[in-house]
Amino acid sequence: MLIKMWLNGEPIRDHMDADMLLLDFVRRHGALSVKRGCETANCGLCTVLLEGKPVLSCSILAAKAEGKHVVTLEGVQKEAEEFGTFLANQGAEQCGFCNPGFIMNILAMEKELKDPTEEEINEYLAGNLCRCSGFVGQLRSIQAYLKHKQEVRAHEAE
Amino acid sequence: MKQNDITSNYKYVHQPVQKKDAMALVTGQAVYVNDIASKESLIVKVLRSPHAHALIQKIQTESAKKIPGIACVLTYEDVPQKRFTMAGQTYPEPSPYDRLILDSRVRFVGDAVAIVAGSNEKAVDKALAKIKVKYKVLEPLLDFRNAKDHTILVHPEDNWRSLSQVGADNKRNLCASDSDGMGDVDEVLANCKYVVEETYHTLANQQAMMETFRTYTYLDAYGRLNVVSSTQVPFHVRRILANALDISKSKIRVSKPRIGGGFGAKQTVVAEVYPAIVTWITGKPAKMLYSRYESQICSSPRHEMEIKVRVGADEDGVIKGVDMYTLSNTGAFGEHGPTTVGLSGHKAISLYGKLEAYRFDYDVVYTNVMSAGAYRGYGATQGIFALESAVNELADKMHMDPVKLREQNMVREGQIMPSYYGERTNSCALDRCLTRAKEMMNWDEKFPRKKMENGKVRGVGIAMAMQGSGISNVDVGSVTIKLNDEGFYSLSLGAADMGTGCDTILAQIAAEELECPLENIAVKGVDTDVSPYDSGSYASSTTYITGQAVIKACVKLKNQMMEFGADKLGLSVEQVSIDGKCVYNEDNPEEYITISDISYAAECGCNTAMQVTASHSSPVSPPPYMVGMAEVEVDCETGQVELLDYVAVVDCGTTINPNLTRVQTEGGLVQGIGMALYENIQYTEAGQMMNNSFMQYKLPTRQDIGKIRVEFEESYEATGPYGAKSIGEIVINTPSPAIADAVYRATGLRFRELPITAEKIAMGLLEKA
Ligand code: FES
Ligand code: FES
Repeated sequence: MLIKMWLNGEPIRDHMDADMLLLDFVRRHGALSVKRGCETANCGLCTVLLEGKPVLSCSILAAKAEGKHVVTLEGVQKEAEEFGTFLANQGAEQCGFCNPGFIMNILAMEKELKDPTEEEINEYLAGNLCRCSGFVGQLRSIQAYLKHKQEVRAHEAE
Repeated sequence: MKQNDITSNYKYVHQPVQKKDAMALVTGQAVYVNDIASKESLIVKVLRSPHAHALIQKIQTESAKKIPGIACVLTYEDVPQKRFTMAGQTYPEPSPYDRLILDSRVRFVGDAVAIVAGSNEKAVDKALAKIKVKYKVLEPLLDFRNAKDHTILVHPEDNWRSLSQVGADNKRNLCASDSDGMGDVDEVLANCKYVVEETYHTLANQQAMMETFRTYTYLDAYGRLNVVSSTQVPFHVRRILANALDISKSKIRVSKPRIGGGFGAKQTVVAEVYPAIVTWITGKPAKMLYSRYESQICSSPRHEMEIKVRVGADEDGVIKGVDMYTLSNTGAFGEHGPTTVGLSGHKAISLYGKLEAYRFDYDVVYTNVMSAGAYRGYGATQGIFALESAVNELADKMHMDPVKLREQNMVREGQIMPSYYGERTNSCALDRCLTRAKEMMNWDEKFPRKKMENGKVRGVGIAMAMQGSGISNVDVGSVTIKLNDEGFYSLSLGAADMGTGCDTILAQIAAEELECPLENIAVKGVDTDVSPYDSGSYASSTTYITGQAVIKACVKLKNQMMEFGADKLGLSVEQVSIDGKCVYNEDNPEEYITISDISYAAECGCNTAMQVTASHSSPVSPPPYMVGMAEVEVDCETGQVELLDYVAVVDCGTTINPNLTRVQTEGGLVQGIGMALYENIQYTEAGQMMNNSFMQYKLPTRQDIGKIRVEFEESYEATGPYGAKSIGEIVINTPSPAIADAVYRATGLRFRELPITAEKIAMGLLEKA
């Protein structure tokens, strides 16, 4: 079947099997940051934004994205670098394999929740597994990042 | 010795610098196996046995081969019949040669039956479905407690081989067997006023690294087999694949890109053989990506162990004797079977410094379940759960605070450890770790329990742990350091960074030695054609062993640069000194040649290579030590345990990179928490593993872990780089025993089998009531 969508702002037209998953589709089109860690929608590694909302690209057909905007980490490099610096400053990026899905979800959380508490953060990101970091360093980096963003906003408001 | 004075002068060592690959990782660059594998790669998949034990009588592949896009379908008739081991260990491997790539006998549910390769996944799936296999189903041997000398043999074949003296005998289902001891433990225990005698059981937990096993293979212009693999042991992969394919070692080149976690899983050659044989036979590039399902059911998890412990103390609370018997289940194949088991005794018993006698016996048996392998902690985790639990029970029996019992009995700096190969512990801050952990937990206030107003009960528990730093007299770390244009260096490593950051840590050591900015050290690992030999990243060896190789190489290179510089200055080498920027006349620092100028001069009409390779191996394996304390809150209605707080204080010598050391600790603790509370392994009666996805195998999430607080009490290990010991493995060892005891203190229920699920607690509470 023919599909048309926007991937990281670029229009794409492609022929594909109707049962192709969004995960495989975006990887085929060069979004190699998107990873697969399971087959049961449990790990969050494959998280991308569909019309601005985080979805598990392993559990959604590419056909569902027809006419829509899909964003992967390739499309938000500046933001990835910005948050990623906080993650790296903790050494919590570790093997990095979970990072892209995790960061996509953080960017989504940032839009959705205002000044989230520790509990809210942990709840929002509960679906993003990480086997290396033990989550604690990730949390430190998120909190430092959110604080930094707040300061930037306060500064701009002045 | 307090380390603050020594370490405060360092510029790069002991600093929390960013990992060199950090930005590539956080921006999602294409750096892992499946990102760089050629798009032309054949997709390789394996047909897996539905039976735990069977003989393949007939296997029909014709219709599978006819499916368009299929490049090959291989059965046991198409592969070499020489047995090998998949264990990534130094040759001659202690693990028996008991594998074939494909065998006519299948030994567990999930064992490989046929290999299919094709141009696309759909064709491969179709072909897999078309293969017809006629099995003669045999009775499986599933109970590891009855495996030794059972009439069912897992490996009856005559070409089974054991290369090392480990007490293996395939005709008895024995992968290894041995005993070790000191003094008359029966007599010592008979004279102890308090003795605890109990049996503990740990399961075959999965490492569950987020990147599953995967390998990409192709032939290069020289007709050599190139293997790009997610592995911790590139050099072992080369040897193992040559053995498996029965080809010359010279035909194989192995490299590793970025690795998405390993934790020991990738110390075994789990996936490599399949694409390797496909490429070797078809000449085409191929890749194998394990599914999570495969990573759960046919990989190389922790060895299930049942450990019988007897531990005794006199009326003054001196622990005088320990007797341990470990029965380890290696499953269908013997990878890491003979070696993991040793740690279950040696790295538990040695925590106690006043023993008059100990005994440690073990058997490692074959059964018809998935083969076990290497998982962070490597047997020590299981042994420490058993012994630390038993010591907690002993304290309870004596009505003594378990912290106090340990204060009295723990191993201390300067002591010889008879159960640890007679090594002396020259760096040991275990006592300081305990004092600090106690403070942080506010132990005296909280021990043993507190009833909360909401009806819940809180309890606290403690455990100590140790590990090694590399395998003494075995592990080899080597590096090559080379001076380049403008005076930057390339550091070529054989050690495999699997996300832990060893590329950066080793570069920090090089920058410190060479007194140059960290950016001036370009790191490159690992390509078996180019990199110097390294045993690989396992056994908590990289910082301690390879770190020393870095120092040796840098010292040699500095000497070489001094000789070269002195010559250019018309001085003798005794007259010059070197700093990070130049070689200069000691008497007249104005007279100098810069390192940059040396680098260019060495590229012109010069007969000396400004390049040095150095190796390091250690006769000792200094243990890191730690104390872990858990505080739990149990809902006595539902059995729900909430881990409120986990305190860990670690002595890993000097922390070369405090950030990475901390995150290693936190990550290991959470894996240990998973093992203690969630990660269950259950088999059906037919031998099918049920926890075959992340749905059924519950990893801890960020909502499950409560507060985790980590601190370091550094000692200085003179044989390690800048005083460092290891950190990677020890950190997984304390949660199980500490949490088990905290649950006991809260509920009165003693759990000697993991995981301690809410269901088990609820059942226990019900029975008690
Ligand atoms: S790949 Fe695991 S949730 Fe999508
Ligand atoms: S960093 Fe390795 S899984 Fe998260």
